[in-house]
Amino acid sequence: MSPLAAYLILSAFLFAIGLAGALTRRNAIIVLIGIELMLNAANLNFIAFWRFSDHPEALTGIMFVIFSIGVAAAEAAVGLALIIAIYRHYKTANVDEVNSLKG
Amino acid sequence: MNIIFAIIAVGTIAAAVAAMSLRNLVHCALALTVAFAGLAAAYLQLGAQFVGFTQLLVYVGAVAILIVFAILLTRGSEPPQQSVLSSGWPAGIFVTVIVLGVLVYAIGKSSIVQAAAPAQPEVTVRQIGDALMNKFVLPLEVVGLLLTAALIGAVIIAMKEEGKK
Repeated sequence: MSPLAAYLILSAFLFAIGLAGALTRRNAIIVLIGIELMLNAANLNFIAFWRFSDHPEALTGIMFVIFSIGVAAAEAAVGLALIIAIYRHYKTANVDEVNSLKG
Repeated sequence: MNIIFAIIAVGTIAAAVAAMSLRNLVHCALALTVAFAGLAAAYLQLGAQFVGFTQLLVYVGAVAILIVFAILLTRGSEPPQQSVLSSGWPAGIFVTVIVLGVLVYAIGKSSIVQAAAPAQPEVTVRQIGDALMNKFVLPLEVVGLLLTAALIGAVIIAMKEEGKK
């Protein structure tokens, strides 16, 4: 197995673990953690493709990951604020019990 | 494929599985921090030092603290009495297995992954700063605006609801 394939397989497993957590857990915070793991798996793909590309001096992969980390940080802040607002309203962070838009 | 990559890969995947499967949410957050640190080690191993240290600062530092705060503010630190799985979990596992199968199949069939590894690229922080200030200055400004909007939005969303009965 070539190094690039090894990193891509690692990234695929991380993505699948994050997806499983986001789809199967009932706590909204764990769902958000799963989404963060999926974003990180995508970032690992960018860096792996950048490292094994023919023109790494173009820095495209690194730039994409830096901006992706910035957007993911914004997403985490807004997502956790939403969870806290939902918890204050419903007194639960369980995604099964949060089932109405205007309660 | 060397021994360092194997250690990083096994540690990261084990920490990610623990983060997704433990019952106590605080333990999940700590396992997630280990997974983020493993990813930072993978970035360093790939020669992307700047991204590796950014990952440490942003994820192991800021995002992990943010998640722990959210867990403690929503009283998630007490282990739940009932099942931790949502009602539709068999469908979720089914979708996950299909996604993983397709990804692994695509990686195995692809021709670009067979290429030999080129020499380790030398990237200095000076080059990254140059690129950020010249070629990528517009995306940098947009990300700055986005972060400001997210900061204000997060504060407004999490602010106490007013005028409610």
